[in-house]
Amino acid sequence: MTPRVRMIGLAVLLLVLIALPFIKLTIPGLFGGSLDAPGTLNLLGLCFVFGALALTYDLVFGYVGLLSFGHALYFATGVYVTALALTRWHWSLPAALALTAVVSLVLPLVLGAVCLRMRDIPFAMVTLAFAQAGSILVMQNPFGLTGGEEGVALGGDTLPSFLVGVANTRNVYWVALVLLLVVYAIAWRAVNSPPGRVWQAIRENERRVGVLGLNPYLYKLGAFVLSAFLASATGVVYLLLQGGANPEVTTSGFTLALLVMVVLGGIGTLWGAVLGGIVYEYLDFRLVALANTPSVQSLPGVLKVPLTQPLFLLGVLFIVLVLFVPGGLGGLLRRRSAG
Amino acid sequence: MTTIALLLITGLGLGALYFLIAAGLSLIWGLMRVLNFAHGAFFTVAAYAGWSAGRLAGGASPDLQWLIAVVVAVVVGGVFATLTEVVLIRPLYARHVGQVLVTVGLALATISLVQGGFGSDPQRLALPAWMTNTTTVLGANIPNTRMLVIVVALIVFALLLFFLQRTRFGLIVRAGVENRAMVQALGIDVQRAFTLVFAIGGMAAGLAGMLAGTYYGSIDPGRGSAMLIFAFIVVIIGGLGSVTGSAVAAVVVGELQQFLNFYGAAGVGDFSVVLLLAIVLLIRPGGFSGAST
Repeated sequence: MTPRVRMIGLAVLLLVLIALPFIKLTIPGLFGGSLDAPGTLNLLGLCFVFGALALTYDLVFGYVGLLSFGHALYFATGVYVTALALTRWHWSLPAALALTAVVSLVLPLVLGAVCLRMRDIPFAMVTLAFAQAGSILVMQNPFGLTGGEEGVALGGDTLPSFLVGVANTRNVYWVALVLLLVVYAIAWRAVNSPPGRVWQAIRENERRVGVLGLNPYLYKLGAFVLSAFLASATGVVYLLLQGGANPEVTTSGFTLALLVMVVLGGIGTLWGAVLGGIVYEYLDFRLVALANTPSVQSLPGVLKVPLTQPLFLLGVLFIVLVLFVPGGLGGLLRRRSAG
Repeated sequence: MTTIALLLITGLGLGALYFLIAAGLSLIWGLMRVLNFAHGAFFTVAAYAGWSAGRLAGGASPDLQWLIAVVVAVVVGGVFATLTEVVLIRPLYARHVGQVLVTVGLALATISLVQGGFGSDPQRLALPAWMTNTTTVLGANIPNTRMLVIVVALIVFALLLFFLQRTRFGLIVRAGVENRAMVQALGIDVQRAFTLVFAIGGMAAGLAGMLAGTYYGSIDPGRGSAMLIFAFIVVIIGGLGSVTGSAVAAVVVGELQQFLNFYGAAGVGDFSVVLLLAIVLLIRPGGFSGAST
């Protein structure tokens, strides 16, 4: 594919995605309803959010080589701080977003400064521990704020009316699409900037970067904060799509899912991570639907149990990819187009 | 005084469980530089295998049932861990991140499979009568299961120390933790030691799975992952690769969690453990007994 053909293809894809809420077309098997149905738009919106989130994770993991197991914490910060400001303190949406922005800069700055004193696997464990602390905090429901396992539901009157209700799903869908594009643009700009090149140098050989007179710690902290901030932004859109905050997004299992997305798509490529996030979310959703079909439900238990567990299928897929296709889906596609 | 005695012994029991998980993790990390996320899966699968075996032996006396459950859990944990090392970890030799990722995938897949097969609700464990009774220590009525867990963990600790200090394989493991390249250069097959630490770690994790079931009175699919995170913290605080360090850190973490969860609000103990980790890392990045990295 020449660059020009690729550009035209991307432009057409983008136009189709923008116009999607007006297309009354049913693709059997791919989605539960027609393309303009709220259910389909909501699923696609979630796919975009997870594409963007996987991208922010790829920034630290794929480009700087930081294996963080605490990325869920920053996504959850976006979800929960916004939800609390809107519902518990009855702030307006702009005020809530401003607060979220401040928290999602300060929190990763402080925690990143501590965690980055470690490297490699110890770093991974420390980030995991902090994320776990966040999860415990949300689960314990301090002062009745976070709602514990119940989570926080956004009421109908907490948001501007164009973002509320089934009829307005298309607006939230467009917000999610814009989010994905903006996050992609920022990430692309970041990794192609001079600091972005230092990040990749750190991934390859951190000591050498230090010898060249640069301070790897500051560059790593910068990448960590940028990635966490963008992850919080995706959390805000997730909140809009879901109409509430659920504690599942704070758990370590959620971070592991992110890891699966990035590896699924291909570590260290921007569009690979986006693809991985979209495919993962789509599979996770559609496999649940598949599990409830009569043909699967009538299978004997030995086959039925594994097939009705999306995480089992995704986990096995993940192991196979790591063992046999280290480049992920992105690597497969690239190899195909090159050869 | 009564409350303090109760909390002390309960905290010690919790620390004992952490130690059983952390000892294997610490050795695996020290020798192979693999952060083993599948350890929680060993724990969970072994616990369910033991529970099922105990139920199959329904006609036997409760003591025998419990013993069968524990033995099955230890064997299943060991076999599962050995298979994991041979089938999944070994092909990714020298790809550390790949090894971690594979254990992550294994943990996700296995635990959701257990959840699908047995349901996510806790399964009650039939215990012999003497375990559910209490013994009075310093005026406090302590459930006997707490004592049992502590005693078993002490025995495992002694066995591990004996293995590491007095046997040839233990020597190879200790030398490998210190400097793996040097051990290989001396013509010793480190690969066998890898499989061995995985088997030992898996057996300890399986034992922990069944003992945690005994301690709490039931087993559920989520406990392995929940305890694994605190075991990770224990491993870092104790110093990676040190079994004695893990033992000390496990007791500190267990007691801290127990006391603060009781005297503070619920969850304060769990939270403080993470805070302790941050403080330890700021003062000594290598943990209590490790060299600073």
